[in-house]
Amino acid sequence: MIPGSFAYHRPSSVQEAVGLLAQLGDDARAIAGGHSLIPMMKLRLATPAHLVDLAGVSGLKGIRADGADIVIGAMTTQHEIINSDLLAAKLPILRETSVLIADPQVRYLGTLGGNVANGDPGNDMPAVMLALDATYQVAGKNGDRGIKARDFYQGAYFTALEPNEIVTAIRIPAPPAGHGYAYEKLKRKVGDYATAAAAVVLTMSGGKVASCAIGLTNVAETPLYAEEAGNILTGSSCDAATVKKAVAAAEAITSPASDARGPAHYRTKMAGVMLTRALARARQRASA
Amino acid sequence: MAKTQISMTVNGQSVDALVEPRTLLIHFLREQLNLTGPHIGCETSHCGACTVDLDGKSVKSCTVFAVQANGANIRTIEGMANPDGTLHALQEGFREMHGLQCGFCTPGMITRAYRLLQENPNPTEEEIRLGIAGNLCRCTGYQNIVKAIQYAAAKLSAAPVQEAAE
Repeated sequence: MIPGSFAYHRPSSVQEAVGLLAQLGDDARAIAGGHSLIPMMKLRLATPAHLVDLAGVSGLKGIRADGADIVIGAMTTQHEIINSDLLAAKLPILRETSVLIADPQVRYLGTLGGNVANGDPGNDMPAVMLALDATYQVAGKNGDRGIKARDFYQGAYFTALEPNEIVTAIRIPAPPAGHGYAYEKLKRKVGDYATAAAAVVLTMSGGKVASCAIGLTNVAETPLYAEEAGNILTGSSCDAATVKKAVAAAEAITSPASDARGPAHYRTKMAGVMLTRALARARQRASA
Repeated sequence: MAKTQISMTVNGQSVDALVEPRTLLIHFLREQLNLTGPHIGCETSHCGACTVDLDGKSVKSCTVFAVQANGANIRTIEGMANPDGTLHALQEGFREMHGLQCGFCTPGMITRAYRLLQENPNPTEEEIRLGIAGNLCRCTGYQNIVKAIQYAAAKLSAAPVQEAAE
């Protein structure tokens, strides 16, 4: 499997990268870790005339705290996320999610920015970013802007990103210490996309759910923010009856495809099962 | 399409070459450098037979363009033996513990296990299994591959750590 011909560009700054994308137009694609794009190019499902490689762009890597936020450079790899002490302390849901993505080799090169920006509903990080209320920092020919993850996803491979824009960093408000979290993913084998998966971030206060945010993976054209399900749980003790109601609300917003991972109604039910498990684990992990 | 000049270090040797941008690293290694140890298996970044070590990372060379590896330091199975020509502990382990049958996955398995042991010299069985989760073997059922890596880990941690030939 040999991809179509293309010209290769390796800019060294964000400015140069977005300048190239603006100049080269629709025939150009940015490439990060390449582990979604190169397979598509080998199948000739993607045939860009120009590849703009972001690997040499300075300032796109690294994980740092900025006030109450955690900022992760878009070219930070899954491997780096898994090994970050800062994330282990502040955002452990990222490691829990990363280790379920693909396999070790892919995680050495696959990036957080690529995972969230590609728009593939099978990618795992977008649902987590919906639950965390992350903001994607974006650079383009018309300057920089921030796009809420919850406003980013429009359809399969369609996002709020303009063709000349790249995601430069992901900014995540760190949940308070003692928050509960879980990412539950059903997959057929290592390296597979989710049949269904659920991300939960919640906080407890006096035995009641003080806040609860839920994201769902691969059960619609886009990752889903299950806002109503989170609202149903807020104020409850996360008891079985309320969880059941919330899960029903989450299942109601899914519209998965029937494919090799199972028929649509099965995948909807599995989204519910994953959410039930994720809620139980998040509840158990949360203090107070 | 115009060719691009690249240079890299492969198994300790400096290499300069002209490649089409679309040339995959696995094709460059096998067809231009005649390093046929890394194998082409699935070509879809699942099987791991094409695994090579690139700047301290295990990567599937069927999913990297050669131009992306410009300036990189690469090690393939051909560069795994000790400087004196004796087998690396992993190679020895695969032989001693019968870690292969047909051998197709072996170069990728050993190259991946090499980086795993660099990062985690004393892995548990579970860590080994998770560490080689990106490498498929259709013969062995993995039992003896895990034993081979355990053999190498034990041997390497008993002796002073020896880097394979640069």
